[in-house]
Amino acid sequence: MELLGIAVVCEGTSQAVSEAEPLRQKRPGAKRSGMEISMAKFTFRGGVHPYDGKELSKNKPMKAVLPKGDLVYPLSQHIGAPAQPIVKKGDPVLAGQKIAEANGFVSAPVYATVSGTVKAIEPRRVVTGDMVMSIVVENDLLYEEVAYPTPKPLEKMSREEILTAVREAGIVGMGGAGFPTHVKLSVKEPEKISYVIANCAECEPYLTSDYRRMIEEPEKLVGGLKVILQLFPNARGVLAVEDNKPDCIRTLNRLVQDEERISVASLKTKYPQGSERQLIYAVTGRAIHSAMLPADVGCIVDNVDTVVAVNQAVREGKPLMNRIVTVTGEAVKEPQNFIVRIGTNYHELIEEAGGFLVEPEKIVSGGPMMGFALFDLDVPTTKTASALLCLTKDEVSALEPSACINCGRCAQVCPGRVIPKLLAEYAEHHDLEQFVAHDGMECCECGCCSYICPAKRPLTQAIKSARKIVLAERKKK
Amino acid sequence: MSELKKVSSNPHVRDRDTTARIMLTVVAALLPATFFGIFHFGLRAVFVVLISVAAAVLTELLFELLCKKKVTVRDFSAVVTGLLLGLNLPVSVPLWLPAIGSVFAILVVKMLFGGLGKNFMNPALAGRCFLLISFPALMTNFTYDAYAGATPLAQLKAGEAVNVMDMILGRTAGTIGETSMIAIVAGACILILTGIIDLKIPGSYLVSFTAFVALFAALSGRTVDGAYLSAQLAGGGLMLGAFFMATDYVTRPITVKGQYVFGIFLGFLTALFRIFGASAEGVSYAIILGNLLVPLIEKYTMPKCFGKGGERS
Repeated sequence: MELLGIAVVCEGTSQAVSEAEPLRQKRPGAKRSGMEISMAKFTFRGGVHPYDGKELSKNKPMKAVLPKGDLVYPLSQHIGAPAQPIVKKGDPVLAGQKIAEANGFVSAPVYATVSGTVKAIEPRRVVTGDMVMSIVVENDLLYEEVAYPTPKPLEKMSREEILTAVREAGIVGMGGAGFPTHVKLSVKEPEKISYVIANCAECEPYLTSDYRRMIEEPEKLVGGLKVILQLFPNARGVLAVEDNKPDCIRTLNRLVQDEERISVASLKTKYPQGSERQLIYAVTGRAIHSAMLPADVGCIVDNVDTVVAVNQAVREGKPLMNRIVTVTGEAVKEPQNFIVRIGTNYHELIEEAGGFLVEPEKIVSGGPMMGFALFDLDVPTTKTASALLCLTKDEVSALEPSACINCGRCAQVCPGRVIPKLLAEYAEHHDLEQFVAHDGMECCECGCCSYICPAKRPLTQAIKSARKIVLAERKKK
Repeated sequence: MSELKKVSSNPHVRDRDTTARIMLTVVAALLPATFFGIFHFGLRAVFVVLISVAAAVLTELLFELLCKKKVTVRDFSAVVTGLLLGLNLPVSVPLWLPAIGSVFAILVVKMLFGGLGKNFMNPALAGRCFLLISFPALMTNFTYDAYAGATPLAQLKAGEAVNVMDMILGRTAGTIGETSMIAIVAGACILILTGIIDLKIPGSYLVSFTAFVALFAALSGRTVDGAYLSAQLAGGGLMLGAFFMATDYVTRPITVKGQYVFGIFLGFLTALFRIFGASAEGVSYAIILGNLLVPLIEKYTMPKCFGKGGERS
């Protein structure tokens, strides 16, 4: 009930949205009556239905974790130029203090999340296995925080001021891509944006961080969406949620029932419903390929935690310092949804979750479909880390790939509508010309093809490798 | 931390279905036709089918052992090939014939081209056509129950009357597995319901066959009526071919549009062979010829990707 109370407080400057088109209607007769559009099923072609594992952690409320050991802040937690350190070894820092500055437009600053002393600036291992230049802060366990300046009320803020606040807060796409959010929001013609879509699909199995955020703090999500909508006068806000989260849909619907510009879209539960291109298509019927940006078809898409971070940056003047991380998997004693300060070591998260029930065979940062397997837990939580998944069994190494029987399932499930089997063959033969000619670069690496393959062939892996080579060769030119 | 964890590229989970499970489902789907064949043609049919299956599996096993390759007989694909070949033989064949057919199908058509997934035409059908060419008399002797049975299609071609109900039930002369339309369609339903095949190829094949056979029959001066078309549809290897052989993953196009083109092409060829050919049959040759065109069909039916027009298909 308190949710309703908060909903009324926000914003009085709602602009007309008459120019925006109605949401795509999959079913004739489905009404867009502002309040309830959840009858329509928004979806795309392809996709798979893996075991979702969300039961493990979905009912565990968000819980803050106080880091005890050193914190490690990689300077490259985003797409673009690595941040530039503005502290040096021995400097004292406070939580909320900027320790690295964005290096150029497509970059993002980094903030300390505890108080302590800069111990080193050196390469450290991150979840991808790469060594990345990082600032290491020795935690003094006092958690002293800087005083944040009170920002102007939202209604009085100009477009420029909002964008600056987002950029200064170091916000990047927290769904996993890590694209600096201010770059996404700085479109050339803001009046041409007709949809701002909050990506609440959370289609990755096991992940419940966005779910908890929507259940416990939906007003922050809606608040953040309103901030973004203020940048785009002709846009409608859409909270796009998969229909396996009916409680979120109900809560959000109740919260936005008096909002003219915001509605909730109920998406068909299917992986990868939260993939940006598929989500835009499901909600609007507009399709983009790899060389296009969502803004090219009048869309802005941001993940739940990103929108919440925007809310905090603009309304409270606080930088991005923490995120929700689902620590889960059959090997973890007490699966949890933690509010984690960025930079916290993964070991501490496991300890906080009661340690291991059994020794896991595989540990994944992120979900089982797109996450990175870790050979060692000694890596820091970054802005893009949504989960720490500990699997008792590694299905992949237990299965041996056999010959392709041309069954075509990979092509059926591919959301990019390419033929993964063919691309994987070109990749294996190193025929990059044919690989590109058959739209190999349109692959979003979602993993559906490898998942479905009855011959257990590592299709995604082959295609990913070829894509990397093509991208590297393009860069050279 | 001393012990390093296993790493691999995403995804870290896999669907439970396997090649072996698909092949076993196909075997299960062929059982209604197999059992009907045994019931209809007698115990000798068991030997024909078993020898065919055993020869197929043994050929694959021995080839792989001799060539020191990984043994793959546990994927059950050789069982499917052997079973299909057995079902495509008349019950009266000498028992060495299925063995020769299976050896040819597995050794020449499948293993020499690289094994499962690499064969360019359906091994069982290639085996059958090999036998048809090499031993035409043995392969077209449809004698059973002591009376020399002409197949309904041969009767139809000769202008004789046929009993369509008998053809649908399967109480006619023919190869072991092809006579009963009901048993074959029942098995096909298993494949369709388990998602192993869909109706794109069988549907376009049967529809285009009906159209072309009506056209060609009319051109050759026959009266085309419902009974004639029903007999054409229920007769010969059409049902077995449309549901179990034209749909063979390895030798059909992978593209959606290509599958329709393939089905239509098979319908055209089958009708052409049946009406204008010397034999009353035409399915086997139509399918293996169609198999040869698959690379070409695929080349011209490549789908558009998402964002370039392919998102709706």
